[in-house]
Amino acid sequence: MARVKKKRLLLRREWCKGCNICVAFCPTHVLGLDEENRIQILDESRCIECYLCEWRCPDFAIELVDLASEEADGAKEGAA
Amino acid sequence: MNEKVRFLQGNEACVEGALYAGLRFFAGYPITPSTELAEGLARRLPPIAGRFIQMEDEIGSLCAVLGASLTGLKAMTATSGPGFSLMQEAIGYGVMAEIPCVIVNVQRGGPSTGQPTHVSQGDVQQARWGTHGDHAIVAFTASNVKDVFRMTVEAFNVSESFRTPVILLLDEVVGHMRERLRIPEEGELPVVERLLTQVPQTVDFHPYLPREDGRLPMAHFGGHHRHNVTGLAHNIWGFPADDPASVDRLMHHLVGKIDNRAMEFAHWVDHQADDAEILLISYGASARSALDVVRRFRERGDRVGLLELQTLWPFPAALVRERCAQARRVAVVEMNMGQICREVQRVAQDPDRVYLVNQVDGRLVGPDTINQALRMIQGRGF
Amino acid sequence: MATLDYVRRRFLPHIWCPGCGHGTLMATLVRAIEELAIPKDQIVMASGIGCSSRIVGYLDLHTLHTLHGRALAFATGVKMAKPDLHVIVPMGDGDALAIGGNHFIHACARNIDLTAIIMNNQTYGMTGGQVSPMTGHGERATTMPYGNLGQALDVVAVARAAGATYVARSTVYHAPQLKKLLMKAIQHRGFSVVEVLTQCPTYYGRLNQRGDAVEMMTWFKEHAVPVGSDARKDDPARFEVGEFVNVERPEYCASYDEIVTRLKPREDEHA
Ligand SMILES: Cc1ncc(C[n+]2csc(CCOP(=O)(O)OP(=O)(O)O)c2C)c(N)n1
Ligand code: SF4
Ligand code: SF4
Ligand code: SF4
Repeated sequence: MARVKKKRLLLRREWCKGCNICVAFCPTHVLGLDEENRIQILDESRCIECYLCEWRCPDFAIELVDLASEEADGAKEGAA
Repeated sequence: MNEKVRFLQGNEACVEGALYAGLRFFAGYPITPSTELAEGLARRLPPIAGRFIQMEDEIGSLCAVLGASLTGLKAMTATSGPGFSLMQEAIGYGVMAEIPCVIVNVQRGGPSTGQPTHVSQGDVQQARWGTHGDHAIVAFTASNVKDVFRMTVEAFNVSESFRTPVILLLDEVVGHMRERLRIPEEGELPVVERLLTQVPQTVDFHPYLPREDGRLPMAHFGGHHRHNVTGLAHNIWGFPADDPASVDRLMHHLVGKIDNRAMEFAHWVDHQADDAEILLISYGASARSALDVVRRFRERGDRVGLLELQTLWPFPAALVRERCAQARRVAVVEMNMGQICREVQRVAQDPDRVYLVNQVDGRLVGPDTINQALRMIQGRGF
Repeated sequence: MATLDYVRRRFLPHIWCPGCGHGTLMATLVRAIEELAIPKDQIVMASGIGCSSRIVGYLDLHTLHTLHGRALAFATGVKMAKPDLHVIVPMGDGDALAIGGNHFIHACARNIDLTAIIMNNQTYGMTGGQVSPMTGHGERATTMPYGNLGQALDVVAVARAAGATYVARSTVYHAPQLKKLLMKAIQHRGFSVVEVLTQCPTYYGRLNQRGDAVEMMTWFKEHAVPVGSDARKDDPARFEVGEFVNVERPEYCASYDEIVTRLKPREDEHA
């Protein structure tokens, strides 16, 4: 069943320290670590937008951004 | 009679001086012989919307003072030996983070609990070197009630001008003795107000970038310029920095801003010192006895004079060297084992002609003791 | 994200180890402040010394990084000088309860309006894993190599007994709950204490074979029970999370201001 996506995941790889917290506690296994031990998305379509990854990440390295507002102001946030 | 003429203790004069200088925050912990300061300010501050708090110890007291100063109030604490020992770490914080404040130490006998109700000048070198790490410090003292008032105001002025803790080293005798004091009218003594930054809200503020005159304007907590304050080595923005260039700049700035102004901060009184063959050097309560001796000797035509120091740190080396050069013999009168004597010997051209006249038994060093010592120094009886 | 508005981004990534719970607390605290919409200029954050205390350097507030154990004393001066400011005081467990224990008790008793956050990782992180007042009995620390002889202090009980008027506990695993508790603590008028269990995988975790950050957070998840739950009877390792104390008592600065008002010379007296 296709859900309407309201958010997308924004990763800041350069701030990620590879602690695996977001990966381990994601209820739908959306996330993984890459060969450099940094955050990557395995399958965003499974994301239920529960925010738990963003809330528990100790490093501000993962975030859900609002697709609607992003389109509205055409803002594309680069990693700082 | 002018209603502003009062008969006050040294400690009470310190309270009046602090209020004259604009004190609005006091935190302290009771300890003899300084308690009158806390008690006086507990009564005097609330009616003028100033803040008083008795903290759980002297460490907390000085820390609260530093916090209040950063938030915009002229702030002070007062203590004696044991409490002064507890404050040492926070004094270093005030030095490092460049926070104006005044720390009064009404000295009593030590070490340890020592002699709580007896006089001493045993904390002179502790005031200089008590906190760890290289640093410079300003310390003033006074020998009478009028000068306690004046030097208290000066302590605030220097601390505000140069963003530095200033130590006021009183002693039990001066703190507790009563003398007439005419409280100066407003404007009679200069009062330095805190220098606040003029940098507009939208422009980057550098809390640790000195102006050309060496002063560092402040921005208070709660204002528009959010910045960081830390006891770590830091850069001009106040953020931790351990690169050698930043640390080197910081260390030289902290020491230079005080030590390069030694003569600017120097306060002293010459009591017939210019033509003295025997020069006494003293400060605080012991200077009172020394002055008495000078009068006695002068009556007999002996050229004895007194250089009374009111600034102990930074040590007014140039002044002392010059005065010593004019005299044949120099006697340093103090109530410790030679804490200022060693400084005089360090700066005098001929240290062998500098003698220590001291008393450390909890009693005020008296004119007779000084007399006797001078006879020995002169190698003759009077 | 708006949350990053409160962060001095130029200093990221921060100095904390991978998986250090202090980072999660920082992010949660920022969310709490953001949701309360408190202007940055009205917050002073004062910390002591320790890994935890480095938090202030990363936040775009008025920040005061003080001495080990003394954050509450500095904060007391700040608050009394400008009572309108929100003063938030994050501290390590050693910082707050060992060297700073005396200030903690007396800040509780004064009921001065500060928000104390105890970042409890059960060890001294910054100095390399020594025993802390929150290390449990028998647990390892570099200075308790044969197991801790003492036992962990019950901060909630201490804070309550000393007179804190808001006391809560949560963990970084429970970030959503933690945010709500932090918000209530910041809004509370009086001395508030939030104990936050946070993992130090580098020292406490390694010395006590608690595994990595994920395993340590899982342990928080499995052992936390709501305040008042009797599930603790079955397993002494379980601990309560939630709100323990939320009462009203005269606040220190407010009481002070009443005196100032009472003493203020009235205009008509001079007339
Ligand atoms: C007066 C003083 N004593 C000791 C230290 C060394 N020291 C720095 S941090 C620390 C303990 C840190 O532990 P904690 O407060 O629990 O915070 P954490 O690092 O675990 O976050 C100690 C003992 C110090 N800086 N100052
Ligand atoms: S928002 Fe929830 S579901 Fe989506 S990636 Fe994060 S933890 Fe997984
Ligand atoms: S929780 Fe954050 S730091 Fe840890 S792996 Fe995920 S994105 Fe990276
Ligand atoms: S040592 Fe422990 S407390 Fe300190 S940053 Fe590392 S994980 Fe965090």
